[in-house]
Amino acid sequence: MRSAVLWIYTALVFAFVFAPILFSVVFSFNSQRFPTIPLGEFSTEWYAKILADPDIWQAALNSLIVSSCTAVLATFLGFCTAYSDYRYRFRLKGAYLALILLPPTIPLIIMALAMLAWLSKIGMSGQLYSIIIAHTVLTAPFAMAVIRLRLNQMDENLEAAAWNLGGSEWATMRHVIVPFCRPAIIAALCLTAAVSFDEFAISWFVSGLNKTLPVAILEIVQGNIDPQVNAIGTFVFLISMSLIILAQIFLVGRQLKGHT
Amino acid sequence: MSGDLVVFDDVRKSFGEFVAVKQMNLTIGQGEFVAIMGPSGCGKTTTLRMLAGLEAPSTGEIRLDGRVMNDVKPHERDTPMVWQSLALFPFLSARENVEFGLRMRGVDKATRTSRAMDWLDRMGIAEFADRNVATLSGGQRQRVALARALVMEPQILLLDEPLSALDAHLVIRMQAVLTQLQRELGITFVYVTHSQSEAFAMADRVVIMSQGEIAQIGTPKEIYRAPANRFVAEFVGRNNILSGTVTAAEAGQARIATPSGTFTVHGTLTQGQRASFAVSADLVHVHSERPEAENTLGCRLLSEEFVGSVVTLFLESEDGHEFKVQMQERQLSQFDLKGGEALWLDWQAAHAHILDDG
Repeated sequence: MRSAVLWIYTALVFAFVFAPILFSVVFSFNSQRFPTIPLGEFSTEWYAKILADPDIWQAALNSLIVSSCTAVLATFLGFCTAYSDYRYRFRLKGAYLALILLPPTIPLIIMALAMLAWLSKIGMSGQLYSIIIAHTVLTAPFAMAVIRLRLNQMDENLEAAAWNLGGSEWATMRHVIVPFCRPAIIAALCLTAAVSFDEFAISWFVSGLNKTLPVAILEIVQGNIDPQVNAIGTFVFLISMSLIILAQIFLVGRQLKGHT
Repeated sequence: MSGDLVVFDDVRKSFGEFVAVKQMNLTIGQGEFVAIMGPSGCGKTTTLRMLAGLEAPSTGEIRLDGRVMNDVKPHERDTPMVWQSLALFPFLSARENVEFGLRMRGVDKATRTSRAMDWLDRMGIAEFADRNVATLSGGQRQRVALARALVMEPQILLLDEPLSALDAHLVIRMQAVLTQLQRELGITFVYVTHSQSEAFAMADRVVIMSQGEIAQIGTPKEIYRAPANRFVAEFVGRNNILSGTVTAAEAGQARIATPSGTFTVHGTLTQGQRASFAVSADLVHVHSERPEAENTLGCRLLSEEFVGSVVTLFLESEDGHEFKVQMQERQLSQFDLKGGEALWLDWQAAHAHILDDG
């Protein structure tokens, strides 16, 4: 009885979360212009339309560049901070960690405004790299959290064992620490790429004329109701979900294997 | 055993306020098997870590083969270690683990593979060479860890409680493997453990540490039969320790009055001084009637403990002091004990060993 209630509850939660996305996907294949029921015929018209639109292609390319650069930079920074936390004891370490984990707790709109103000002050706003900088700040804490979790599972003697066998500190970093963290590093790359790919507020403020996909979507919606949005949304959703699922596979899958 | 390999010269190590090792002087010979033993926090692991370069002495000097090692980085030393946690690289196969040190030293692939395979073969685990270490059993992992250290062909091998994670029957097997290896290779083993049976079974010399200081250095037999002080006598266990005042002293013999009674010991003491002595539990005999002997004592039986064919009796004297007596199970059967009965103990004066710290 209790388990039946639990199942229904879980199903409802999932329905609540995924129904809007599901409808967006369904309407993206609907021939009618307005999202109403009953549905019209099955159609790939909207997909054909966005694929023919050079602006959308440019936005998609921008998003790809931004999210991949952000992923690499944020994961690198996240790894460095996670390792410094793992390896060293120093004064004010608590404050250091709190400061690093701060960006995701700031409301995005405030972060976006602050980023715009600061980047234009130093003459770096309105470029594609402006978004990359801002997204790196936003997503590095996620990378750090994921990698830190992995480092905490490491045998505390593993690093010393590598030194003991003649590995210098750099060789140990390359041959022991990085390979040990590899699943977490891949997960962090996927996760930060996904967050960057989806992010709208910051991109919209600091991007200038370099639109990313979420910004392009907003501009279409601002004009009129256009089922193209559902088609793009379906793409964005698929990419983000794939990245998140990949991250999960690397994080949880490896952990389960580690316990056997 | 030719010459000294390791010298600790007035070595002291402190972590902030805490002094882990106080003034250690210790010399370890070439080809010697030395066990460093003591309770947790006695400084034994810190001593080993200093030898590996993972901690630097606060003051004093550590020399390895004549060379001062204080500022030599861990990776520039040739002091491989077998870790308590084994610290195998989980993302590498057994063979790659063994190859790791050679790879760090820049040995070419063909050579390191063949040397790693030689060692895996020698340890009897060649068939698991390409298996991930996580899939091996405890004993197999232990052998990978040993091979990984020994493939470096060091002069000295450091072992930090390497058998503590193994099942009891595997511990005995690995002890045999270790002693045999040490003899065949002729290299120095420094073995840190809290287990008396491991230390005594394998080591040429045992160093007993307490609170950062060496309490006694000696062969297992010396430490077992002639504990230097109360700490060693208690730590080694199964010793009955009595303290009192010397009431009579003459040529090589003395009487010591303790709360449990007055007993004769062999040794040079002065009248009126405080003195303690230890009698090993296996040198105390039990009688149901009072025997005619040098040292006798009436006790009440508290409990018995069986380990295999050896029985330990726990008894209490009238003043509440606990005594331990060890004997073979077949010797015990003549008594028909139910617990609580009065028994008599006796031991020879020659078997009462005087402790240094009174």
